[in-house]
Amino acid sequence: MTNDNEASLSARPEQVVYANILEKGMLLGLILVVLTYVIYVLGFIKPFVSMEDIVTSWTMNVHDYLHKLHIEPGWAWLSRVGYGDFLNFVGIALLAGVTMVCFISVIPVLWRQKDRLYALLAFLEVVILGLAASGILGAGGH
Amino acid sequence: MRSVKKAVSMGVYAVCMGLLLECSVFAESTQQAVQSGAGSGWWIWPVLLFIVTFVMGIGAVLGGVGGGVLFVPIISGFFPFHLDFVRGAGLLVALAGALAAGPGLLKMNLASLRLAMPVALIASAFSIVGAMVGLALPTKIVQIALGCTILGICVLMLAAKKSEFPEVEKPDWISAALQMNGIYQEVTTGQIVHWKIHRTWQGLLIFIAVGLMAGMFGLGAGWANVPILNLLMGAPLKISVATSKFLLSITDTSAAWIYLNNGCVIPLIVVPSLVGIMLGSFVGVRLLRIAKPTVVRWIVIGMLGFAGLKALHKGLFG
Repeated sequence: MTNDNEASLSARPEQVVYANILEKGMLLGLILVVLTYVIYVLGFIKPFVSMEDIVTSWTMNVHDYLHKLHIEPGWAWLSRVGYGDFLNFVGIALLAGVTMVCFISVIPVLWRQKDRLYALLAFLEVVILGLAASGILGAGGH
Repeated sequence: MRSVKKAVSMGVYAVCMGLLLECSVFAESTQQAVQSGAGSGWWIWPVLLFIVTFVMGIGAVLGGVGGGVLFVPIISGFFPFHLDFVRGAGLLVALAGALAAGPGLLKMNLASLRLAMPVALIASAFSIVGAMVGLALPTKIVQIALGCTILGICVLMLAAKKSEFPEVEKPDWISAALQMNGIYQEVTTGQIVHWKIHRTWQGLLIFIAVGLMAGMFGLGAGWANVPILNLLMGAPLKISVATSKFLLSITDTSAAWIYLNNGCVIPLIVVPSLVGIMLGSFVGVRLLRIAKPTVVRWIVIGMLGFAGLKALHKGLFG
């Protein structure tokens, strides 16, 4: 009876898998965010946009800001990851992407447990997050 | 003695308001100086952001509120950054906090993946819609709506009760079909709690609005998640708080991607804010033992109310 209680008090297998991946991804993302930021502000790698230009432009709405500083939205930052400012997006993208990786990882765990409904929910969540991350959904701007 | 304590609390409150106003004046004059090319360097902004968000992180823990709900109204009200960038930063700040807390809460079985997943599906889908609508609307309208929402949140924080173990006679058909239930051990009493929920479809409907607001304003949604999970759906308070924190990592992720892909993320704003609030939360947890949470909660609600009025003023007359 005690063993049954202990077993049911423990987190379910898919929850443990999710937590483990989330922990590693989150730590890696945070370390990258801080490291790349230090590289950026100390000027070890030249930025695409100077700090002064950013400071004089951040009062504008995003559409005008991007236009003035010749920055392309979406995943275009990948092509500029050699610049100090865009390098920061690596860690930020990792933090934003780790949740999707967690859901992808729990789908087979749920499927093996014959929990088809939650496997489907996890899959749908991956689709939603993937759609958001893809850059397909534009906003039109102001 | 009580009147002395009250006077001290009012004094601290007045100092906090004064500091916020000082920050606002300082930020505006610094921005003007920078625009004219004759002022302080760019470095002052990350430092200022770090200090303000560090204090915010402490206040959020002590006041029992999320850092995300404090960030957007306070930073947009008292710093010169356009609301687009503040919302992008706000979502990433709330996301980082949720990602940091999530693993521990899941492993302790306080955050429930089974409870979170159906809710997250709805909230994350509509946070995308909210983000797209928020970026498409004129800034003045978003500012006014933000101000009204923040003032509404203050009222909710003042009025909402909490129920440690709500009475749920039997689960409704949705939660029964989805097996949205669980078991945990209450550490303080050793009691084993079998929990289940009801009013699931009503909760899921409200989460549509929560997702929309989280995406539109860049707020964390903890202020809404907890009362819905706890008071409406009947999950125990600890499960509601933990699952809400975990839920933010999913809801805010989808909205954050929209802001990121639309260019609304400036690392110079995001990173010091993120680090500041996380360090502040860390310190806040340690101060929890000695601070008076009730007093801090009043101060935090007051600051939020002030920021909400400023957002409304900015939208109407700015």
